[in-house]
Amino acid sequence: MGVRLLLREETLTARIVGEIDHHTARAVREEIDSAAQKVKPLRLCLDFTEVPFMDSSGVGLILGRYRLMQMWQGRVILCGLSPQVEKLVEISGLNRLVTMERRENDESHE
Amino acid sequence: MKAMNEMSVSFLSVSANESFARAVVAAFASQLDPTIDQLADLKTAVSEAVTNAIVHGYRETLGTVYITAKLYETGKIVVRVRDKGVGIPDVEKAMEPLFTTGGEERAGLGFAVMQSFCDKVAVRSALGKGTTVTLHKSLLRRGREHE
Ligand SMILES: Nc1ncnc2c1ncn2[C@@H]1O[C@H](COP(=O)(O)OP(=O)(O)OP(=O)(O)O)[C@@H](O)[C@H]1O
Ligand SMILES: [Mg+2]
Repeated sequence: MGVRLLLREETLTARIVGEIDHHTARAVREEIDSAAQKVKPLRLCLDFTEVPFMDSSGVGLILGRYRLMQMWQGRVILCGLSPQVEKLVEISGLNRLVTMERRENDESHE
Repeated sequence: MKAMNEMSVSFLSVSANESFARAVVAAFASQLDPTIDQLADLKTAVSEAVTNAIVHGYRETLGTVYITAKLYETGKIVVRVRDKGVGIPDVEKAMEPLFTTGGEERAGLGFAVMQSFCDKVAVRSALGKGTTVTLHKSLLRRGREHE
């Protein structure tokens, strides 16, 4: 489990690696928040390319980062979503609050 | 209906066991030859129920979480997740989407996720005694019925 952070042109990208559940979410949250609070980026991109599993703890994680970014009118972008993660995000209604970008190799479906 | 196979497992309510619990149930369910999507849905639902037992049922205390799973000839799996924790005062209200007593970092979506990822979810709870969540899911592949 881990997070790789990259700051480029006002976008902080957090590439999350591993399964997201209640057990792992805390460490991910702390790492993202300490970077985001320092930088206050315009955009926070949460990259799920290397997340093979997520439950509602992941939804809470996204929601919490949305609230944080709101404090300085920043946006949250989700990318690299697997079908499983995308289904959860849709059930939660989060898709109304954040911008979603699908996994590149899935675009052929449209 | 009689189950064709059955397993049970119990473990301490520490959060490191959340991934263990969903992996165990998924490995058992694999006997029914489910699709990858069906297995992912089942794992998610089990993860929700087990996390609730650990986070809400036992709160700051340590207890035991009990899981039993049964497989049926019809391709159905029934998973029961039980805790002997605080119990739920109002089950109907607890199951409403976005209802949570878990604070800022919880979405209040666990039950909603279980319901949309399973065919049926039953909850029995008694204050001070604990909670049992039963998940029903058909793992039958489409078009298999006539084989
Ligand atoms: N096993 C349990 N024991 C006691 N209370 C429970 C149990 N399971 C659920 N609850 C109660 O029901 C509420 C709703 O549960 P649900 O899983 O839908 O949301 P959550 O756990 O609060 O948030 P999320 O699952 O999205 O992280 C909980 O906040 C809690 O009050
Ligand atoms: Mg929950």
